Amino acid sequence: MRRRIRIRAVSVGVSVSLALGSLALAGCGSGSTATASGSTPEPGSSSLAVTGTITVLAAASLQEAFTTLGKQFEAAHPGTTVRLSFGASSALALQITEGAPADVFASASAANMKQVTDAQDAAQAVLFASNVMEIAVPPDNPAAISNVDDLARAGIKIALCQPQVPCGSTARQVFAKAGITVTPVTLEADVKSTLAKVQTGEVDAGVVYVTDVRAAGTKVKGIEIPSRINASTSYPIATLSHASNAGGAQAFVDYVLSADGQAVLTADGFAKP
Amino acid sequence: MSRSTSTIGSPDRRLRAPVALALPALICLAVLALPLISLLVRTPWSDLAELLSDESARTALRLSLECAAAATGLSLLFGVPLAWMLAKTDFPGRQLVRALVTLPLVLPPVVSGLALLLAFGRRGVFGRYLDQWFGIQLPFTTAGVILAETFVAMPFLIVTVEGALRSADQDLEEAATTLRASRFTIFRRITLPLIGPSLIAGSVLCFGRALGEFGATITFAGNFSGTTQTMPLAVYDALETNPDAAIALSLVLLATAVVILTALHRRWLPAVGGGL
Repeated sequence: MRRRIRIRAVSVGVSVSLALGSLALAGCGSGSTATASGSTPEPGSSSLAVTGTITVLAAASLQEAFTTLGKQFEAAHPGTTVRLSFGASSALALQITEGAPADVFASASAANMKQVTDAQDAAQAVLFASNVMEIAVPPDNPAAISNVDDLARAGIKIALCQPQVPCGSTARQVFAKAGITVTPVTLEADVKSTLAKVQTGEVDAGVVYVTDVRAAGTKVKGIEIPSRINASTSYPIATLSHASNAGGAQAFVDYVLSADGQAVLTADGFAKP
Repeated sequence: MSRSTSTIGSPDRRLRAPVALALPALICLAVLALPLISLLVRTPWSDLAELLSDESARTALRLSLECAAAATGLSLLFGVPLAWMLAKTDFPGRQLVRALVTLPLVLPPVVSGLALLLAFGRRGVFGRYLDQWFGIQLPFTTAGVILAETFVAMPFLIVTVEGALRSADQDLEEAATTLRASRFTIFRRITLPLIGPSLIAGSVLCFGRALGEFGATITFAGNFSGTTQTMPLAVYDALETNPDAAIALSLVLLATAVVILTALHRRWLPAVGGGL
């Protein structure tokens, strides 16, 4: 008898911790506490009421701006919850074409958006921002880097994004314009991982977006890249064909393109597309 | 010993399974088998040779095998003595040490990688002195990969060997003691041969775990072809650019794992292999 009770207590403990775990998981990256309402309108249904949960997949470089945008959107549309998931645009594009349930995709490059539109997972994308590159170094700048040419010096540890990730391809455009060859020590999965390698001081420099340097505050030092050799990337946004919350998705895209939305992006250092 | 255990489970003594057990067992089997079967179904067999002859794929495979072998070697060199200490001696805090040893088994590998970075990173608690005094920097080097793999995989060897040392026959060691053999001679001439099969089993498990290591490696050692990009990292990379290549690389890892387990099961250790 006693044994049975004990087993039950254990199983309750397990299910509680499982529930807590999934709650933590749901809260991860969403920046909000509410969960899905479950009764979201079907895509193409006549009612495009702005309610329920809107799942937004966004490029890692949009993390700060879209977290703010999500909160403002929720405040402007009571009853909505914006779930945000950030990652490399290339990884997110793959998730979408593999059938990840999402309503909106905000990519850091046209190429990754094209993967999604080519697969008929989104119809039309609109550009909403652009971004240029900057060199990020640890605050004490251990390798005394002062310009792009310094990145080609031997013995310097540099972190870059992988070539298929927008921050990686754009950084390579900068090197091509500057006529230098850069040999990184690591190729990171997204721009925030690259930035993290600089923040922890494990590398001497990383090439990230201007907006990432700004968002990192005093944890890294930025070294501007002159505009004649700098490269930019444009950010397209689209509602997804298989959105379970089509009304909410369109409203969120509209909000990003609105004056309020653009103000948030400008404040974080993004340029107009 | 292993032969006698295998006869206990001979077919005539096996029970017919009630539905209440058979059904969940089948579901369990499906959950385990379906993903692997799907991998085989989706493998681009006709392009396989071409995908695997790719320079970066071969580099990743070679690096993986080298690093896993080095990690297994380090684990044998340092892990077996610790297993012996845990099994044969009594020292204060032994339970704590044992818990510490098993911790990497249950720790998420990315946490292991972060911990390694905080310890041995260029600005880490110990890493800064490695850098200042010896000019050694582990992150982004092949040595860093080996350290990450050793950290994650060594417990498999230690736990296996410690178990074998505990259950090994004491008589021979005691006889040797009465003949005045030194403790190290006993360890070398009697204990090691006695636990030989477990040593191999533990090494193979350790090697297999090291070969599959991803989280700690990418966190601590980074990701660069030729120096730190092992097979799992290459799979992760390829997934975004060339999913077919990712499947082909996964197939190689799967085949390696199957070979490891089959070898363990058939050749050396029916009991341990069967208990996996």
